[in-house]
Amino acid sequence: MTARERIAGSVANYVDERTGAAKWMKKNLTKVFPDHWSFLLGEIVLYSFIILLLSGTYLTFWFDPSQREVIYDGSYEPLQGIEMSAAYASTLDISFEVRGGLLMRQIHHWSALIFVAGMVVHLMRVYFTGAFRKPREFNWIIGVGLLTLGIVEGFLGYSLPDDLLSGTGIRIAEAIIQALPVVGSYLAFFAFGGAFPGEAFIPRIYTVHVLLLPGAFLALITVHLMLVWYQKHTQYPGPGRTEKNVVGYPLLPVYMAKAGGFFFIVFGVTAFLGAVASINPVWLFGPYTPAQVTAGSQPDWYMGWLDGLVRMAPPLESYIFGYTISWNILIPALIVPGILFTGLALYPFIESWITGDKREHHLLDRPRNAPNRTALGVMSITFMLVALINGGNDIIATTFDLTINQIMWFSRIGIFVLPPLAFVITKRLCLSLQRADRELVLHGRETGRLVMMPHGEFVEVHEPISPEKAWLLTQHEQVPPLALEEHDASGVRRPKALTNKLRARMSRAHAVAIPKATAEDLKQIENH
Amino acid sequence: MEDNLKRLSRFRRHRAVAPVLLVLALLSIGTTFSVAGAATSGPITAAERSALIEEGKQIFLKGCSSCHGLNAEGAAIAPSLIGVGAASVDFQVATGRMPMADMSQQAMRKAPVYNEREVEALAAYVASLAPGPEIPGEELLNYERDGSVAEGGELFRTNCAMCHNYAGQGGALTRGKYAPTVMGVTPRHIYEAMITGPQSMPVFSDKTITPEEKLSIIKWIKAAEAEPQLGGAALGRVGPVTEGLLAWTLGLGLLVGVAVWLAMKAR
Amino acid sequence: MSNEIEPLKDPGLPAHTPRRADIDPLAAKKAERQVAILFLLSAAGTILLIASYLFIPQDVFIFFPVLGSTNAHQLFLGLGLAASLFFIGMGAIHWAKTLMPDEEVVIQRHEFRSPDEDRAEFVKSAKEGAAAAGLGRRSLIKRTLGLSLGLVGLSPLILLGDLGPLPDEKQKMTSWKKGTRLVTDPGDRPIRPEDLEVGAVAQTLPAVAPGTHRKLSDIAKDAVLLIRLRPEEFNLDAERLSWTHEGIIAFSKICSHMGCAVALYEQQTKHLLCPCHQSTFDVTRAAKVIFGPAARPLPQLAITVDSEGYLVAQNPFNEPVGPSFWGRSA
Repeated sequence: MTARERIAGSVANYVDERTGAAKWMKKNLTKVFPDHWSFLLGEIVLYSFIILLLSGTYLTFWFDPSQREVIYDGSYEPLQGIEMSAAYASTLDISFEVRGGLLMRQIHHWSALIFVAGMVVHLMRVYFTGAFRKPREFNWIIGVGLLTLGIVEGFLGYSLPDDLLSGTGIRIAEAIIQALPVVGSYLAFFAFGGAFPGEAFIPRIYTVHVLLLPGAFLALITVHLMLVWYQKHTQYPGPGRTEKNVVGYPLLPVYMAKAGGFFFIVFGVTAFLGAVASINPVWLFGPYTPAQVTAGSQPDWYMGWLDGLVRMAPPLESYIFGYTISWNILIPALIVPGILFTGLALYPFIESWITGDKREHHLLDRPRNAPNRTALGVMSITFMLVALINGGNDIIATTFDLTINQIMWFSRIGIFVLPPLAFVITKRLCLSLQRADRELVLHGRETGRLVMMPHGEFVEVHEPISPEKAWLLTQHEQVPPLALEEHDASGVRRPKALTNKLRARMSRAHAVAIPKATAEDLKQIENH
Repeated sequence: MEDNLKRLSRFRRHRAVAPVLLVLALLSIGTTFSVAGAATSGPITAAERSALIEEGKQIFLKGCSSCHGLNAEGAAIAPSLIGVGAASVDFQVATGRMPMADMSQQAMRKAPVYNEREVEALAAYVASLAPGPEIPGEELLNYERDGSVAEGGELFRTNCAMCHNYAGQGGALTRGKYAPTVMGVTPRHIYEAMITGPQSMPVFSDKTITPEEKLSIIKWIKAAEAEPQLGGAALGRVGPVTEGLLAWTLGLGLLVGVAVWLAMKAR
Repeated sequence: MSNEIEPLKDPGLPAHTPRRADIDPLAAKKAERQVAILFLLSAAGTILLIASYLFIPQDVFIFFPVLGSTNAHQLFLGLGLAASLFFIGMGAIHWAKTLMPDEEVVIQRHEFRSPDEDRAEFVKSAKEGAAAAGLGRRSLIKRTLGLSLGLVGLSPLILLGDLGPLPDEKQKMTSWKKGTRLVTDPGDRPIRPEDLEVGAVAQTLPAVAPGTHRKLSDIAKDAVLLIRLRPEEFNLDAERLSWTHEGIIAFSKICSHMGCAVALYEQQTKHLLCPCHQSTFDVTRAAKVIFGPAARPLPQLAITVDSEGYLVAQNPFNEPVGPSFWGRSA
């Protein structure tokens, strides 16, 4: 035994005698993680969160979250002598007086954009592969909660510098709060400590941004990861992979090296962006004052769809008994997002209600094999994209020589027409892909080689695909729709007949599939 | 220099030369202005003046009257020019907006059709029809010497940024109209735009924004134009839209690329 | 049904194919060198970072294609940091991929459902615990506990009461009074009608006593846009026309939709556009909404001139300015 081993041994002994860690570690160091690039999307988010904590802490050392008015006397000449809030002035100081301060600001902001973007693509991966199914519904809900909090956290974060652009965003947020029936004005006055903009809002959201929400993130992320750990990761289907096993690499050393290395990659890429690309150049925006505004007032991308919805809303307001209800704000800014996010959170339960499937699933679906789900997902993405495009309609108009009115009308109509269209097209596409899979299994791969038959006919040679590939294309279940009888045996209508009818209908739509190739089919072809 | 412009103007309609021409034109405008400004600063005689007006009238009849009317009284497709002043003519013609290439939504900045002398003559002719805003003299435009950049920024954000964007990059207006970028515009033309209110742009009177304040605005615009990249690629200085695009494409693209490589089996 | 049809057979986990580095010591050596080079690149990145921090002044600009003239301090500091991090990651991953074992491992999943006896035992102890506490029998305790817990939840709400004052009638009022002069923003100069040509605009605020500091919360309600048209271009009723002066019309600059500053005035079309959500208002028709999500016209300020010939407010605004709120009567 070398000296080093002896020291390591005694340390391990010391810890284990007090915690019993060895038992737990023994089991978990050999824990297996399946390897697939799409399983790293969630890691991008996790690592971005760590980068945000680190760079954010750095920024707090100099940032002064106060709306007290000061006269700027820093080194950025075009703003010297201008009245501004201490928050804005200290952001300028971080950018121009602190060496590396601007770099850290930019890393923090780029990281925030990637953080939310990563959550969205991670969510898409989980959705389209059906990873949210039993037993992972809790984690799905936590994920939706994290996404929602992430959007709020991002908004609060870019609002802190109190510049003209973000101040306009706060103004709009205040209008949304005010629009709430009955309590709106009260909530707005509470949030802002009086009339907009007041001097309380920036210090308050600072506490929320650096303490409350990061705390909530830490707690939720911990639970999210513990559940992943305990429930073990899902895996893509393939030869040797079943609902009962996990195929992959052990935590030590391969996965640890890869995942640890990937943290540095994410940090490195974010730092690269921070080095080469300017983001949120607040010194150009100027300090916030309510009498000013800039052309192209947009939020960051993850709020862009919300802004796009607000832009396309019809000019509707009701006046009832001397009170005002602003539908033009409530519908796009609260009701529609509320429905979308509630629907998103409840989706696992809705799908399992439709299919009646209460079993555990650890093997992922190939998206084509769940056409209804895939189509619904593409439909939602289309909805968001139309809204997002409208959120940037002015920039798009000037870039592509269009008019904002054209894009607005395109969005107003498109938001109703394009998502259903996307649903239909995606569903058909999925079924075509299923058909292609079936063909591939039954008739093999086209080789492009032509052979002349004895009777002079030319045929293309088909090469049978490998058993591994054939298994991949046929391993999925094709579950028939729920059989829900409208009438019982004696011909009496069952209770909840209407709900059952709806459920049966959706279940049928969900079960639409091209029958997969079976051993029987193959045998028939061989005999042919 | 003028010969240069004339020779170039023959190829004006060729598509490929347009960008090159624009750059050349901007360069040459810049230099000719400094020369021409000095040349015309001396007082000219009444005889010279009327000769200039007569020359301008001839150019007007040939190049402008088909839309603006024989006596600049305006017509259905073009406004009257009586009383618009020399500043307006100088802005519209010397920035190439007039004559318009086609009846599009709005006249665009392009290589000017007329040379410096011809613009001067046209301006003199239109100014002779009725009094109007005059071309600002050099003493109003010396932004390198006078004006305050910080005050200019404040004025710009209150009066200009809502259309021209926080960094003067321009922005969308209704029905396909747009506020053009103010980058690369000469101080004289910026000044003229403020006092004449070309096309969609309103007029900013000398009483509500004094000439000194206008100079400060110009000073700020020139400072914004010359501002190097303090934090890396500017991404068009149009706000969060391009930032979001870059985060999704380059940022997430690179990360997913590495993730794919990571999960690939080594050979 | 699907169970009746015989599916294809799972061929099982494919056999492991060794990598070059597994069989060829030279290839393994090469991979090791590659990993080392990546780690060295990272070290070089850190050195670049330190050198940039110490030796590149903050006011040096270097031209780069694509980026333009860029701050060298910020750029090299960032590139150094990026390289130092990125190449550690590349090294670690390359190491894992080429030299660490790449044979896939299979482990079995466990069932999440607890065994029946455990469940039964849990239910039993839960019931016993509840019974021991007597929650079921002692309904007085149960009810008072419920009451007290419910009330405890109220205290944070009560304690947050001083977050802000309650909204009052001031929410509906601005600083404009009868006779308040309109002054330029910025500059604070009063304006005479003849100062504005036809087609001119002016950003204005109510005059304040010299030396008074305007609060942002006042500006947020007081900002007014002056526009001069030809009087015949107006399409207003008699009352609204009497609120204008010689073709000069004044509107609240605070959008009736969500409060952005509406000041994109198009001189030719006489349209006002809000850059936030693109509500478009027709100035000739008292800022009637002609496009976009705003539901109400911009409030119009009645103006006239005072004895010295300066533009003043005839009256305060006759309606609250800015976005709608519940208590705003139509």
